[in-house]
Amino acid sequence: MSFLKLEKIVKRFGDATVIDNVDIDAERGEFVVFVGPSGCGKSTLLRMVAGLEEVTAGDIYLDGVNVTYTEPADRQVSMVFQSYALFPHMSVRDNISFGLRMAKTPREEIDRRVAEAARILQIENLLERKPRQLSGGQRQRVAIGRAIVRNPKLFLFDEPLSNLDAELRSQMRVEIARLHRNLGVTMVYVTHDQVEAMTLADRIVVLRAGKVEQIGSPADLYERPDNMFVAGFIGSPKMNFLKASVAAVNGGTVTVRHPALDADLTLPTRHEPAVKPGDEVVLGLRPEHLAVGDGGAARLTLRGEFAESLGATSQLYAQTGSGETMILQVPGRRSLAAGEEIRAGFDPAHAYLFDSTGRAI
Amino acid sequence: MTEIIGSVINLDLMARYGPRFLDGVVVTLQLVAISFLLGGLLAVPVALARLSKSGVLRALAYGYVYFFRGTPLLAQVFLVYYGAGQLRGAFEAVGLWTFFRDAWFCALLTFTLNTAAYQAEIFRGGIQAVPRGQSEAAFALGLPRWVAYVKVVFPQALVTALRPLGNELILMIKASAIVSLITIYDVMGVTRLAFSRSFDFQVYLWAAALYLILVEAVRRLWAAAERRLTRHLKPV
Repeated sequence: MSFLKLEKIVKRFGDATVIDNVDIDAERGEFVVFVGPSGCGKSTLLRMVAGLEEVTAGDIYLDGVNVTYTEPADRQVSMVFQSYALFPHMSVRDNISFGLRMAKTPREEIDRRVAEAARILQIENLLERKPRQLSGGQRQRVAIGRAIVRNPKLFLFDEPLSNLDAELRSQMRVEIARLHRNLGVTMVYVTHDQVEAMTLADRIVVLRAGKVEQIGSPADLYERPDNMFVAGFIGSPKMNFLKASVAAVNGGTVTVRHPALDADLTLPTRHEPAVKPGDEVVLGLRPEHLAVGDGGAARLTLRGEFAESLGATSQLYAQTGSGETMILQVPGRRSLAAGEEIRAGFDPAHAYLFDSTGRAI
Repeated sequence: MTEIIGSVINLDLMARYGPRFLDGVVVTLQLVAISFLLGGLLAVPVALARLSKSGVLRALAYGYVYFFRGTPLLAQVFLVYYGAGQLRGAFEAVGLWTFFRDAWFCALLTFTLNTAAYQAEIFRGGIQAVPRGQSEAAFALGLPRWVAYVKVVFPQALVTALRPLGNELILMIKASAIVSLITIYDVMGVTRLAFSRSFDFQVYLWAAALYLILVEAVRRLWAAAERRLTRHLKPV
């Protein structure tokens, strides 16, 4: 049985269903990330695992034990909050040791665990300070330290980096990954930042409006999205979508037509295609898979709008003849004049196809 | 110098009633301090009842607070003091008459119940001002609910409540003058006694000065306590 198992979880607030029949498994030692837009229910789901939110229906199993109605105190789960939730009237040492002291853990054991956590998180010199005397990154470390010392079965992180600046965020991301490697404990992490999800996760759970859209490894989600939502959510800049029509269906391939394409494009399908000639489909192309020029087996003709230089790369914004906006991510600095015609080549192996409901074909 | 003071202050009157005024200050301080502390103890369960999930508890606490905040303190003092006399037989039967026949105890009870209602609302506001994440963090650390509240929520709620509690204490000092109407010789009781015998309006000025001194002393002590108790919140 999975180490953490969420079985047909439902959560309602009055008439509003915020979690709708969700099934998720996490193996022992796995790093699972819940990702999705604001309001998709990911934090609510995490809070239900922690026991801070009541489950309307369904069951939560932790290490084979049903903990659906178990008090948070008895779940052997530690949680790191978005706001850090450090106790302002206690020193860093007292914050970290608080749970242990209340559990009547022997003094020497508390000191040993606090020292160990402080060493791992490099906060030995902060132990006598109060939270007000700490920077955002230091507060985050203390919050993690407070969770570590309990030796929990499961770590829960609720958007722990969202209050930090970009540089600190990437630094803490590395530290959390290192922490997971060192401790080997199961971690469930909530974020709306797909970069965090892609870099930290063993497996990602993509949520939308309280439903699971797809579960898989970062590579799975990037290379084989189940639907347009996942395809658009995973990857930065997001995938370009073009409305195309089916020209032909031939066994395991579908040929599509779009005015911006130089020629009809034949693509292999992942599933038995439920489309027929004349049906409307959506062609998905990632910005990083488009190259300016005539390279690539397939080509688009676009009209330039403007360019954004990001240093190592440039993002070119262009439009198809029918007014669909496309983004191209190209290496180096590149300028683009408004109205300039550009040719964009791509490998059909990197093209994605979705039916009119948004499901991958 | 003595002549100048003598022309402003009636020194004979001061000599005659000065010690009585000091006794009055002691009575006022005792009444306010004891009722404020007892009211604080009563306010905590009332505040918790106001925040309870139980509709019955919430309604009872709300009714209590609504009555004591919605009616004049003077009416409450009269209700207890004169009402107790009406119920003498009942109180004697349960051995409470010795308590209720004494104006001091009637005043103490009324002030305690009154300030408890105000303090309950102050504590309720303080508890609600503590971010929910604080109690949740405590739960997530494996703490039982009561430990989370006692060790994490209440200390922070108290910090939020400090200033309004100070205001309530000052209001009580000033409101304590009401007890002079039920034969208690607090500052105002002594003032009324002195005026009824001397007809010198000056004694009311002395009373005003004494109340100002008391209030200012309490304000300064409270501010010092507040500074000390909120050190951990001040930015470095």
